Amino acid sequence: MFALEFPPINEVIRWRDLFPTFNKIALIAVLATVITAVLLFIASRRDPLVAPKGVRNLVESIIDFIEGIVMQTIGRDGLGWTWFLLSLFMFIYLCNLPGIIPIFFYMPATARLAIPLFLALVVWVIYNGVGIKHQGLGGYLKSIGFPPGVPKPIYVLLTPIEFISTLIVRPFSLMIRLFANMLAGHLLLVTFALLTDAMVHAQTKQLLLIPLSILPFGMQIFLTAFEVLVGFLQAYIFTILAAVYIGTALHPEH
Amino acid sequence: MEAVAILAQAGLSATDAKKANAAIGAGFAYGLAAIGPGIGIGYVVGKAIEAMARQPEAAGLVRTTMFLGIAFTEALALIGFVVFILLGL
Repeated sequence: MFALEFPPINEVIRWRDLFPTFNKIALIAVLATVITAVLLFIASRRDPLVAPKGVRNLVESIIDFIEGIVMQTIGRDGLGWTWFLLSLFMFIYLCNLPGIIPIFFYMPATARLAIPLFLALVVWVIYNGVGIKHQGLGGYLKSIGFPPGVPKPIYVLLTPIEFISTLIVRPFSLMIRLFANMLAGHLLLVTFALLTDAMVHAQTKQLLLIPLSILPFGMQIFLTAFEVLVGFLQAYIFTILAAVYIGTALHPEH
Repeated sequence: MEAVAILAQAGLSATDAKKANAAIGAGFAYGLAAIGPGIGIGYVVGKAIEAMARQPEAAGLVRTTMFLGIAFTEALALIGFVVFILLGL
């Protein structure tokens, strides 16, 4: 009916440099950091005696939310990790959000592999570091490879699986989950935008195609709303998994 | 495969046939990778809703655990999606 030219993947996710070595992805990452810092700074400036409102109210509800995650996964002695998880959550969420802003941005920064990769590496270093610090190197390796309550011969099979799953699969799946979810959402938006454009500018059968272009456009709006949810959910899941990994390193099974 | 034979009859070059194969493989890779996680996520969420309906006061804990379960199950589908992109585009 009509030829839909899907651009090569490099054109969908690669952006020209705004100035050398600095492109839109880097701009979004910097903006996410700056906005987080400014929000927290403004919130900390207010008089703690009056009832919170405005920015402080917002930041307090986010901190409450993160503390809820910490209490459910690590427990009371993990409350010191709230600040790390808070910055992780806000950075990922603010990197996901530009994926639905049609003006200038329209690209989630986490849809490029570099940002999820380094976030996953940071979490990997932290939970291994916490485990080694609290249990010692030998104790930590024993708690990874030899979970208690298993008949002895099973360890031949279990120990390699546990080592691979804890040291390799965990950071890999953290990275892939965030990256692939955001890239999939971005590609969906690109697909429906292209479809709408092709139908509006159709050369043949205009009488049929132009009114029908409302369908992919409606889908585009629905998917944009869906992406708001996905962006939040992925930030939430990344944070909660980081908290769970830190929790298992702090409190090994007995 | 039948499709490859048809493409060969149409007089396509070797690289085109290779591309067509990759596209077919990519489609199958994602489609097959989505079956298991689809069933799995449905099962996880269904059971979580059952638990929340039985014990509404435990809803918060159930929800957290449900998202964890979804995250682990979904990883398989997402690896399939990455294979799809590597093969198809």
